[in-house]
Amino acid sequence: MTLSAAQTMIIILTIAIGTVITRALPFIIFPANRATPKYIVYLGKVLPYAVIGFLVVYCLKGVSLTKFPFGLPETIAIILIALLHYWKNNTLLSIGAGTVIYMFLMQVIFI
Amino acid sequence: MDEKMKALKAAFPLTIPIFAGYILLGSAYGILMSSKGYGLIWTVLMSLIVFAGSMQFVALTLLTTAFNPIAALFITLTVNVRHLFYGISMLGRYKDSGKFKPYLIFGLTDETFSIVCSTEPPPGVNRNYFMFFITLLDHTYWVLGSALGGLIGAMIGFNTKGLDFVLTALFVVIFIGQWKEQPEHRPAIIGVACSLLCLVIFGASSFIIPAMLSILAVLTIYRNKLEETK
Repeated sequence: MTLSAAQTMIIILTIAIGTVITRALPFIIFPANRATPKYIVYLGKVLPYAVIGFLVVYCLKGVSLTKFPFGLPETIAIILIALLHYWKNNTLLSIGAGTVIYMFLMQVIFI
Repeated sequence: MDEKMKALKAAFPLTIPIFAGYILLGSAYGILMSSKGYGLIWTVLMSLIVFAGSMQFVALTLLTTAFNPIAALFITLTVNVRHLFYGISMLGRYKDSGKFKPYLIFGLTDETFSIVCSTEPPPGVNRNYFMFFITLLDHTYWVLGSALGGLIGAMIGFNTKGLDFVLTALFVVIFIGQWKEQPEHRPAIIGVACSLLCLVIFGASSFIIPAMLSILAVLTIYRNKLEETK
């Protein structure tokens, strides 16, 4: 440990408070007992779709298309997940099979 | 009691992918913490009261450099700024959650958000208990995972390389689920396109804020056309 116990505690609490601020701010600015502006209601309806798209990209941000294995394991696994999910529509099966295939590709094929 | 059990039973299967992801990432975090000389208590405390995966990894740096709480606060706000979108998206669903609301907001991680924003409780299941148990289960997995990592260190018996893809897979599946269920595809396309574009332009370490701003801008431009989205 670089910091003293008290300093570590302060840093942890600061991070906890900072995180809660980012999670709670919209609820504080737009409290439930007052009418939420129409623009924010609109964002609340469309953002979930945009944000899940963002999260997919966010998860893949470290993938390099110019260096081996050129994003191939990710591409193959995602195509497989998409096909499987359209076919069987079973969330756990799609996630489980996609992850196993990805691990296989990373550990056995693209090494 | 019956109402709670019904909600727990409905919530649990949805959290299984998160169980896998959090146990793995949590252990990775616990292992790193112990490698920096932090005992189990610190690891568990951090996972219990911060409960923000990527931020806790960043926090490792903050704990191992000179003491600077102001910088820590700014870095936390920057890394976690994406949570603002989760809050805005959940204003409606969390509106009437009463006594659960503070905890639901506290526990709004990427993964919990992805489930609660895309899933309706089955008929007859209390929505508030349902959302509460999803959050609580995820929180539990995260704390358990970190504790596990802190305890066993690097003694994991099988090759886990690639296992963290489980969370990517989760988001991909939710994306496809939303795509099938929502005939209006433009919000989803805007999310992916803006994020990809900003990733290419700004690079992996600084694309988040530009991505969020551009998503907001494009959604705002398309407001008239997308206002009818259900």
